[in-house]
Amino acid sequence: MQVLLNKEQFRLTLTRMAHQAVEQYDHLHDLVFIAIQPRGVFVGQKIAGIIQGLFPNEKIQYGVLDITFYRDDIRKELHTANETHIPFSIENKRVVLIDDVLYTGRTIRAALDALQDFGRPRKVELCVLIDRRFKRELPIQADYFGRAIDTHDSQKVKVNPETEEVLLY
Amino acid sequence: MQLSTKHLLGIKELEPADISLILQTAAQFKEVLQRPIKKVPSLRDITIVNLFYENSTRTRISFELAEKRLSADTINFSASGSSVSKGETLLDTVNNILSMKVDMVVMRHSASGAPHFLAKHLPNTGIINAGDGINEHPTQALLDAFSIMEKTGGLEGKKVVLIGDIMHSRVALSNIYLLKKMGAEVMVAGPPTLIPKHIREALGVEVSYNVGEALRWCDVANVLRIQLERQNQVLFSSLREYNLAFGISRRLLDSIKKDIVIMHPGPINRGVEIDSDVADGRESIILQQVENGVAVRMAVLYLLAGKKSEAS
Repeated sequence: MQVLLNKEQFRLTLTRMAHQAVEQYDHLHDLVFIAIQPRGVFVGQKIAGIIQGLFPNEKIQYGVLDITFYRDDIRKELHTANETHIPFSIENKRVVLIDDVLYTGRTIRAALDALQDFGRPRKVELCVLIDRRFKRELPIQADYFGRAIDTHDSQKVKVNPETEEVLLY
Repeated sequence: MQLSTKHLLGIKELEPADISLILQTAAQFKEVLQRPIKKVPSLRDITIVNLFYENSTRTRISFELAEKRLSADTINFSASGSSVSKGETLLDTVNNILSMKVDMVVMRHSASGAPHFLAKHLPNTGIINAGDGINEHPTQALLDAFSIMEKTGGLEGKKVVLIGDIMHSRVALSNIYLLKKMGAEVMVAGPPTLIPKHIREALGVEVSYNVGEALRWCDVANVLRIQLERQNQVLFSSLREYNLAFGISRRLLDSIKKDIVIMHPGPINRGVEIDSDVADGRESIILQQVENGVAVRMAVLYLLAGKKSEAS
């Protein structure tokens, strides 16, 4: 087992990503953040919290999206659906999709499909904490990432919400 | 997580964990139905036939809508105007339809046990019971349970009374099985001629022949339809008399001095088992039941379709 990010690095990395996501914008009305269920939610809440701190007078628009019904492996394995809660319109907004790990890209493919059912965003960007590079099965890349790593298929990357560490094992 | 069964024949055959999984999945589908585009691609590789050997409005439309919202292909069949009137057997009809590469069958039939018969002969096809004779109507019980949970927060420990024609009601039997499995208390109430003898011992429910007493006891009252088409003998003297003795009137409800939830599986005989000012009143969640029906049926279809192809 290897520690990819310890608690302090985890905090600094998220802070950098949050700043990057809002860097070119001086207001939040047309910027929305959507975390992917289930594991993107912890990272998403952290990033949303940091951005809210940067703009204390504005209300950050943050939602969670479950992609279970859009998966391309439904007949192989049935997953339990989680809550979707997007309490705002995404029409013409800039959407930042947040997940913990970018691996094959299939989850993001499903998320892009799911997002379309909520409206037509002006732009969709992808923000992930860990990019398992060279492992993509679809042409999908992250716009903001915490750390890019080289891994074997047999390895697993896990964000531990209790210790706020990112582990590779 | 997945269901312990490949078919939905009745609530009797389900485990409590299955019921929880269906209700939990239905909650997610209910959110899908609030979106600008109320459709997911989950079942686009699945073809479903809706076999209705008996009349239906709500259940049939609800299933069809659920299938379309899941992107399944659907075929509708009703016994009238089909080869059934030329004497084709049930199994022949279904086998002919399945040979055209149909994956799942939703069936309503006037014979109790008809879906169980199909499931026995077609173990690899997902069979969903949309009501069989006087046996079960599992998706109605599931949507009733979902509606009770949504309104009151849970099923465990809730007191639910089923009022009316318990004898001929598949809705009653499915509801009793489901509510008992999920830890609710159940009472049946109505005229003695419409309540089976020994139901207390057989199914573990309370029995009352007094609707006022039943309403005072319960948190939720599920008022059943007097099924005129299933009465081949006179079990009460007139509809008017039934209404006076067992109908839910505004005056009776107001005399209870307690908030209870009023449900009805439809179609309503207004002025017989329930008066209009109760059916349309603030206690009524009758239209929410119909709305929830689509989400619950989506959950059932989604979970069974996933299971189906995994086996093949």
